Amino acid sequence: MIRCRGLVHVYPNGTRAVDGVDLAIEAGERVAIVGQNGSGKSTLVRHWNGLLRPTAGEVEIDGRAAAGQRVAALARTVGIAFQDPDRQIFAGRVRTEVEFGPRNVGLRGAALTTAIDAALDATGLTDAAAANPYDLGFSRRKLLALASILAMGTPVVVLDEPTTGQDARGTKRVEAVVADLAAQGRTVVAISHDMRFVAENFARVVVMAAGHVILDGPPEEVFAEPSWPSLASTYLEAPLSARLGARLGLGSTPTDASLIDALGGATAGG
Amino acid sequence: MLELVDVSYRYPGYARLVLRDLNLRIDDGEIVGLVGANESGKSTLCLVASGLAPASVGGVLKGSVMVDGAPLAGRPTHELAALVGLVFQSPNTQRSGVTGTVFEEVALGPVNLGLPVAETLARTREALALLRIADLADRNPAELSGGQAQLVAIASILAMRPRHLVLDEPTAQLDPEGTRLVGEALRALAGTGTALLIAEHKTDLLDGLCQRVVALEAGAMVLDGPAAETLGSPKLEALGVEPPSAVRLRRAAAERGLTLPAGAAA
Repeated sequence: MIRCRGLVHVYPNGTRAVDGVDLAIEAGERVAIVGQNGSGKSTLVRHWNGLLRPTAGEVEIDGRAAAGQRVAALARTVGIAFQDPDRQIFAGRVRTEVEFGPRNVGLRGAALTTAIDAALDATGLTDAAAANPYDLGFSRRKLLALASILAMGTPVVVLDEPTTGQDARGTKRVEAVVADLAAQGRTVVAISHDMRFVAENFARVVVMAAGHVILDGPPEEVFAEPSWPSLASTYLEAPLSARLGARLGLGSTPTDASLIDALGGATAGG
Repeated sequence: MLELVDVSYRYPGYARLVLRDLNLRIDDGEIVGLVGANESGKSTLCLVASGLAPASVGGVLKGSVMVDGAPLAGRPTHELAALVGLVFQSPNTQRSGVTGTVFEEVALGPVNLGLPVAETLARTREALALLRIADLADRNPAELSGGQAQLVAIASILAMRPRHLVLDEPTAQLDPEGTRLVGEALRALAGTGTALLIAEHKTDLLDGLCQRVVALEAGAMVLDGPAAETLGSPKLEALGVEPPSAVRLRRAAAERGLTLPAGAAA
């Protein structure tokens, strides 16, 4: 679905934000991208809908080179919900905001209404449909930015730090959205600093440092003890369940459930 | 010492009380964590505790906010700023907009306190070093990433060395390392006798940093106790607050009739 080959991006001020990334993401994958602030995560994903163009290297989306395709065309395949909702939101009403994207990609009538209603429902904003986005708190504006992207029905959905500022309920909504997208066979990519959210909800973890991919694999591998030095080199730490599982000699337990299962097995076995 | 006595508050034009009958005392050197669901009143409490509401925001405050035993009410804004520091939820709200570099932005507070040049420079360098952002010194504060802007906003307040400091989700946009550095800087500040109030969703940060944690629900204080007690409360999840990782794990283990080895989840 997404292919990057030798991708390099240098900003006008000379910052080499992405420095030679080779990455392939297949249709229907659930991928989390982690790394420090400034490691190139957001820069990388912005190449997928043409907001940024490579300084060097190639990007291919759904089998076609991104080069030469307009943002409007790429945006039908890749929807990106931005980190800062206020850089995305412009409409005076919540419903109007969510309507803009799907209308722009050609949805009309009942299909448009269904897409908007489903997106509002998934983000818990149905009751706020008539509100002005700026009367919502930050966390709900963030969910609104997510709803606007969901409504477009793109095969690939990219979430840039979706759980930032969310309370437990908001985080659960985001987790439900990820599961729902995956169940529909859509490709979900999330950038996140929350290792627990990553381990619990994604099948593959890509770790970036200084514009490079330094680790890439399932959570059981990326958060396992042998990977810790690489994680530490970019100031990341495996979730508590993984650290505890290793300390107790229970193997790789990146999620709470896997640790408890391992603990139960160990106890039952003697 | 920062103290809220029987505080209720409503915003201008609204009848609904956003804060209801709150009592909270933060002693010198104490770090108090503030948790609650979104829209439970955490940000409003931050505005009230720092004196910005009602002084700048308007609205009606009942009860009183006391700093070192004297009420905040009626003090001019420039005095408030010197008495209680506030780190806003959005770093863009806080950015002065009048400086061309990060160094100038962080130095602005000490300059406005009327400190000598040498002291201003020393404090600015120290604040940048503490949060490991010395390399941003020459950058334009308007052209930073969310996480960088958040660190600059916190450095700007640290440089003023406030005696009382209120922070509204100071690490929301930070990576784990940035979050850890902010935690260390706040602990060091408390060590000099500053009273701190921190509203945060990251209970893993509050766990270990705070002596006490209070929880808000619909503007009322529903939990107030030692950090371990509040963060370990079975009521926390129903309040829309994610318990710390260690608490979640212990609880998940208990549900299966298992116990985590003592000290393992520390």
